[in-house]
Amino acid sequence: MIKTDVVIVGAGPTGLFCAHQLGIIGLKCEIVDNLDKIGGQCIELYPDKPIYDIPAVPECTGEELTNNLLEQIKPFNFKFHLNDRVQELKKENDNWIVKTTNGKEFHAPNVVIAGGVGSFEPRKFPTKSAEKFDGTSVLYSIKDKTIFKDKSVAIFGGGDSALDWAIELSNTSKVSLIHRREEFRGAPASVQKIKELSQRNIINLFTKYSIKDVKGNGSLEEVEIKSEEGESKTIKADYVLGFFGLIMQLGPISEWGLNLDKKVIPVNTENFETNKKGIFAIGDICTYPGKLKLILSGFHEGALAARGCFKYARPNEKYRFEFTTASNTIKDRLGVK
Amino acid sequence: MITCPIFFCAYIKAMAKIKYIEHNGKEHIVEVQNGLTVMEGAVQNDIPGIDADCGGSMSCATCHVYVKEDWYDKLPKKDMGEDDMLDQAYEPNSNSRLSCQIMVSDDLDGLTVHMPEKQV
Repeated sequence: MIKTDVVIVGAGPTGLFCAHQLGIIGLKCEIVDNLDKIGGQCIELYPDKPIYDIPAVPECTGEELTNNLLEQIKPFNFKFHLNDRVQELKKENDNWIVKTTNGKEFHAPNVVIAGGVGSFEPRKFPTKSAEKFDGTSVLYSIKDKTIFKDKSVAIFGGGDSALDWAIELSNTSKVSLIHRREEFRGAPASVQKIKELSQRNIINLFTKYSIKDVKGNGSLEEVEIKSEEGESKTIKADYVLGFFGLIMQLGPISEWGLNLDKKVIPVNTENFETNKKGIFAIGDICTYPGKLKLILSGFHEGALAARGCFKYARPNEKYRFEFTTASNTIKDRLGVK
Repeated sequence: MITCPIFFCAYIKAMAKIKYIEHNGKEHIVEVQNGLTVMEGAVQNDIPGIDADCGGSMSCATCHVYVKEDWYDKLPKKDMGEDDMLDQAYEPNSNSRLSCQIMVSDDLDGLTVHMPEKQV
């Protein structure tokens, strides 16, 4: 169990800057994110795309912005819990008990939800029948490749994950690669390799096909694919793998008893608290009249939410507003003279 | 037609009529200003069925629509990367487009787009 002042859900730019503001006012926090890296949408969706509307930064990429924010919170040594997702929130006296998928437990008077549009999860097959085999023989990521040895594997997708795994698994498994169009978006060298393996009949390549159905009694036996013209084919398969990229799902956040307006959380604009005392929402996931989904708005929201957290984290102290230029206390916290 | 309050003259704000059809068949016809995207036309008019999670940066495939042949061929061609993104959409086919990549202009007056069953 970890005791802290604030648990921040989401390590995107808004969550990172909120952490900075918490550090400045002398509070501690722990940051949890479902992704395996820090930066949220900035890193997952557009690491190389330039952003032009960060105040005083004429142009930077998502990756540069993330790195700078990390640099800015370095003095505070806050801990990140990546590859983990906050699953459950429960109130106990003045604290929120925060439980994660990996079994971590935090006790904190405040939770700041900076979850963007939710957590990134693999896009799944649209076919209902695939749900039955989800996690056993219908998979969206590979943890242990040895399970595929000498098996028939049908891989769907046209990006690097699909191509790389098709090439890799073709050494030990009977691989079929199915993609909805002729062109692949993976690296040209991999596309070349796939075509070569297909010509040598090592990989069965089906382009302009998508999944129709998966079948099997108990265990998966075959997968049916269809072309747009309606033509169907059946492929023998012990495993079906889907690599269609990531989608954003609100996930467990919708079960925490918060007021929701479609996929976003209404907050007050004084401190960005939700309808639950001690739970704040900032960034793309919050809504209020006039809300702009800009990174700069998230920074402002994070700064005010941090002050909101102070009230519950230090109930017996009065928050004193200070400037970083003038305050020796803040300079101490930042480790500068 | 809008009247300018200062010069008492009239000017025309160029708009195109766009028809959005939800997967359940429900139709929404709205006037969308030239220069906006078909995605923005839906979001600004609260039309359900287009999520546009990434806000139009062609990074998420949640503004996916189907455009029937009669209109599909009249649309500006897909940019590099749109098809790559569509690979990650829900049930894409050869009529698929990302509505954030379709810019509204006079030429698109009367465009009809069909929404998929869901975006995520």
